[in-house]
Amino acid sequence: MVIQILGSGCNNCKMLLKHTEIALARLNQQADVQYITDLEKISDSGIMRTPGLIINQKIVSQGKVLAPIQIETLIKQAL
Amino acid sequence: MNPFAWLNDTFLKMTWLENLVGWFFETIFGIANDTPLHAILTFFVYDGIKIFILLIVLIFIVSYIQSYFSPERTRQILKPLKGIWGNVVGALLGTLTPFCSCSSIPIFIGFTKAGLPIGITFSFLISSPLVDLASVILLASIFGWPIALIYVVVGLLIAIIGGTLIQMLKMEKYLAGFLFKPSSSTQVIEETPLTKKERMVYAVDQVKDIIHRVYPYIFIGVAIGALIHGVIPQAWIEGLLGQDKWYAVPLATLVGVPMYADIFGTLPIAESLLTKGVGIGTILSFMMAVTALSLPAMIMLKKVMKNELLLFFIGYLVVSIVLMGYVFNIIGTFI
Repeated sequence: MVIQILGSGCNNCKMLLKHTEIALARLNQQADVQYITDLEKISDSGIMRTPGLIINQKIVSQGKVLAPIQIETLIKQAL
Repeated sequence: MNPFAWLNDTFLKMTWLENLVGWFFETIFGIANDTPLHAILTFFVYDGIKIFILLIVLIFIVSYIQSYFSPERTRQILKPLKGIWGNVVGALLGTLTPFCSCSSIPIFIGFTKAGLPIGITFSFLISSPLVDLASVILLASIFGWPIALIYVVVGLLIAIIGGTLIQMLKMEKYLAGFLFKPSSSTQVIEETPLTKKERMVYAVDQVKDIIHRVYPYIFIGVAIGALIHGVIPQAWIEGLLGQDKWYAVPLATLVGVPMYADIFGTLPIAESLLTKGVGIGTILSFMMAVTALSLPAMIMLKKVMKNELLLFFIGYLVVSIVLMGYVFNIIGTFI
């Protein structure tokens, strides 16, 4: 499972990264977590609102700092 | 007193709060109300409380409205528009977008990739930080409604003309190449319309998020405002930024350009400058320069465009903000 967090390095993006790590730990799930700040890559993903969350090449959330519990649900859906 | 002025004084200017805070420091702490200390304390506490109340209420309302205009929806609305109409609607939709310039860059990229003409995208990009619903209401609270409404019209005109000029000069060749590459294989989830409750949650989240981000700037702004209000002699301020000084407007603009703050942080400084006899145009130039341009925003923009376009963008905004300042200084003497 590949999870990408996209953002321009703002506080919100770091929060989303932290929440994602919490969610993974709670589910005891391994994943390749990538934190992407490069504008060209963000632009390539098609996201217009940061922070964005992409699980297995699918944009599952943008413009929101999801709570760990919400990310858990998204991860389970992607499994 | 007419009911409109009463509403304005009670809910926007909150004159009762100023009186209450003034009374509090005079009676409870025994600080005489004509001393600089009294002026500083009253301004700091009153203005701080007032701005936070306005901030919470206004961001909630604006975010609720905003939830109907996601960037994806905005892009769809703009797509079929041609020529000047695109610029007009782009500028108008810009007034409904988030406050922070950091969030406008990904939107800018998304619009360009979708093939929107550069002129429309720039009209949106200029109006987005410059004019928004919340700032209009705040301006009305200090300068009154006529000035606030003229500010909106002028702000939109700057956005519309700027976008049109960039279109006419065919400046798309100065955009970064990666903006024209199609996106790779990520799928976008279908957006389901939000329920009323989800919009409420979104608005509350926005309030928390924005307060969290801007409160340091507000404290700095209120502190500077309180110092100007209570300590710095009127003669100094008038010597530097007075109505009779031709260089007041460009000076205020150039000081404001690199600063990063949002309009809420500049508000207390604007209020205190107004009481010290600085012209409305000079104050508005400062506020516009702070909100429209900042070093962090320029660094972000640099990544998506070449120097020619960035310099044109900055130069155009500086020139129009200065012109607007002179015009408002003249209008201000009539209103």
